[in-house]
Amino acid sequence: MTTIPYKSYLEPQGKYTGLLDWLTSTDHKRIGLMYMYAIGIFFIIGVLLGLLMRIELFKPGETIMGPQTYNGIFTVHGVIMIFMVVIPGLSAVFGNLFMPIQIGAKDVAFPKLNLLSWYIFMAGAILAVLSQFTGNGPPDTGWTFYAPYSTQTGTNVLMAVTAAFVLGFSSILTGLNFIVTIHRMRAPGMTWFKMPLFPWALYSTAWIQLLATPIVGITLLMLIAERVFKIGFFDPALGGDPILFQHLFWIYSHPAVYVMILPAMGVITEIIPTFCQRRIFGYKAIALSSIAIAGVGYLVWGHHMYTSGMSFTARWIFSFLTFIVAVPSAIKVFNWVATMYKGSIALKTPFLYALAFIFLFMIGGLTGLSLGSLATDVYVHDTAYVVAHFHYIIFGGMGFAFFAALHYWFPKMYGKMYNQKIADIAWLILFFGFNMLYFPQFVLGLQGLPRRYYDYMPQFETGEVLSTIGGFVLFIGIIMMITNLIIAARNGPQAPDNPWGGKTLEWTIPSPPPMENFDTPPVVSKEPYDYE
Amino acid sequence: MFTFYDPQYASNMAEGVDAAFLIIFGISFFFLIGITAVMIWFIIRYHHKRHPKAVQIKESFALEVTWTVIPTILVMIMFYYGYIAFSPMRDIPADAMVVKTVAKMWSWEFEYPGNKLSTELILPINEPVVLEMTSLDVVHSLFISAFRVKEDVVPGTTHYMWFIPERLGNYEILCTEYCGLRHSFMESVARVVPREEFDVWLASVPEATNMDEGLIIMRQNACSGCHSMDGTKLVGPSFQGIYGKAETVLIDGTPAEIVVDSAYLYRAIVDPDYEIVEGYNKGLMKTYKGVIPEEDIQTIIKFLMTLQKE
Ligand SMILES: [Cu+2]
Ligand SMILES: [Cu+2]
Repeated sequence: MTTIPYKSYLEPQGKYTGLLDWLTSTDHKRIGLMYMYAIGIFFIIGVLLGLLMRIELFKPGETIMGPQTYNGIFTVHGVIMIFMVVIPGLSAVFGNLFMPIQIGAKDVAFPKLNLLSWYIFMAGAILAVLSQFTGNGPPDTGWTFYAPYSTQTGTNVLMAVTAAFVLGFSSILTGLNFIVTIHRMRAPGMTWFKMPLFPWALYSTAWIQLLATPIVGITLLMLIAERVFKIGFFDPALGGDPILFQHLFWIYSHPAVYVMILPAMGVITEIIPTFCQRRIFGYKAIALSSIAIAGVGYLVWGHHMYTSGMSFTARWIFSFLTFIVAVPSAIKVFNWVATMYKGSIALKTPFLYALAFIFLFMIGGLTGLSLGSLATDVYVHDTAYVVAHFHYIIFGGMGFAFFAALHYWFPKMYGKMYNQKIADIAWLILFFGFNMLYFPQFVLGLQGLPRRYYDYMPQFETGEVLSTIGGFVLFIGIIMMITNLIIAARNGPQAPDNPWGGKTLEWTIPSPPPMENFDTPPVVSKEPYDYE
Repeated sequence: MFTFYDPQYASNMAEGVDAAFLIIFGISFFFLIGITAVMIWFIIRYHHKRHPKAVQIKESFALEVTWTVIPTILVMIMFYYGYIAFSPMRDIPADAMVVKTVAKMWSWEFEYPGNKLSTELILPINEPVVLEMTSLDVVHSLFISAFRVKEDVVPGTTHYMWFIPERLGNYEILCTEYCGLRHSFMESVARVVPREEFDVWLASVPEATNMDEGLIIMRQNACSGCHSMDGTKLVGPSFQGIYGKAETVLIDGTPAEIVVDSAYLYRAIVDPDYEIVEGYNKGLMKTYKGVIPEEDIQTIIKFLMTLQKE
């Protein structure tokens, strides 16, 4: 524990006090925390909307709401969770909090731009929330905004689309900031292959954010132009092409999956060596597989469109490339498991979350294979199977990685330790609830239940009931986890500077870190996971 | 439902699709169980109490190559099986019976040779059929799970789907592309019957050319997706006995008593949000001004006047 008195980044920094002190701060850690609080609130809203859907589906027919309300709720749930929680999630929160420290920098390259990104994010988020309460009722298109439904429906699509457009800029600017930071601000001696793997993952992610997000921006602008000025881009009644929208949308939205999952893989890659007290197995393989995923990931969007009416050639090429992009993810899993071999394993909360991540991500990834394969995808496309699959990837993957990161870096962020026993129990409830909620949906999909169904036939009832019960179990787990962390942040016992025995640079500075991270700029000579 | 193996598949596509599933699920299950078991074994065996000092193992190029090459081969196998089971779906035989399929919010309509319309898909067993599909409004997707076929139905273009039904029975037809309010109710049924029964049925269907002109225009504009003709309450009010009916409507939220006349019917088509019949929602119907020509609107109104209460 540090004995030299210092001022942590959590304490007032002068000039302003209270909230204003935070809202004007360009410190990367503070911005990271501000993202976390905002995203935390949006996550809870998204969870509650999801729970309302599960209650509605508890029995066939109308349970608590009509179909229009239901359609609005799954749209809002999707928009909030995708654009405001999982896409910004890991990079904006933990990327901001720890990437500069891990590379030995005192901040990101453009701190003011970083704060601006947060404001743009909040502006977009507020627009998204407003779209629910203004105009002719909440948007009812699903988060994919498929045309021409989205150009025709009378609901408040315009504002929701504008919100997604604004949120995109925040993502682009964060990507730009991280790329420059990683290129220019690494500590002396930290060569590319001495950089920890979380920054590596963020680096690959940042390129996707920078290059792919403008495409969805343009697409959404076209949609806005079509609704406002009746320009026929997508609606055949105006001379447009509905399939064009799907291509443009997925050219972004498939790579966006990697914006969520690459940083998640990065987090897991940090946690496993620490709790095994072992150097990571296959450092270069993991780093390069991130780049490979980011590269090939641009070329596989068509797997969302096998039934949309593309040429046969296009369909099989997309299928082929989709199978290729599965391989680097498998390589990462093998390297993580190999890192446990002959380690000295401490089963602490962050490691438990990392294990759950590997298991759930494997199910998500392996069930994705039948969505990449042509014949099988035709059967399960747009069924509950797809819903189960992407929740395993996004929630089981990105979500559990977020919780892992939260429990891993919490003592560093707040200088306090949480109750580890309660944290472990919450983990167990979350893990059971999650599987009970989403696994039945694989079966429902294989039974032939289409997605976005307000009502269903009797043969689907068992699965739907199980899934709803699972939803409540999961919810209890989430509440327990969050409460435990809030109590710890307020009154938890003091945490040591390096509670887990980590080797990356953030564990060499006090908890919570001082304003500019390092008293003297670190000089790096060793590899990042050197436990010799 | 998906079965892995069925002695009597419902269509010629099902066996290939299920075989591809079996291979992918088989390999996946093996890896999931295998990796999870190894992980659990490592956690127990190398727990810090049992194994206090970690051994620092350097990477192994040979291992990395192994676990790159093996998964690559396996995914290529999966790709291949998906490909060979899918390619017949795009290879439409020339002698297949053509059924024109029209999707609209929120119903299916099938047109048989000889201008005969049906809301159900009646098919002779063991004969290839090709659905020539288009949509009148938004994107839908025709899914017959027992046949393992699905293809989106897109406005402004025609998509094709073909198969040979190989088992007698009734099979659900569902819409899998989200299409608005009644998406989950957009269903029909595929009835697979012997050839003789099919012929008898087809002969009994009247030709659509005898239909009232107003009804034809209404079908083209998918009115029946939201308005029934038999009194059933759908998204909008039923057309049954509509002319001359007394209704309470809301004008800007204020209730007003009206009697349905041709002026009201005209307003309801060109400015549907102006007067909302009590118990129904605003914003669900778009204006048909400029979409349906003036004289066609008059034809529709004349037709609606004939719909008496039974
Ligand atoms: Cu994708
Ligand atoms: Cu539909």
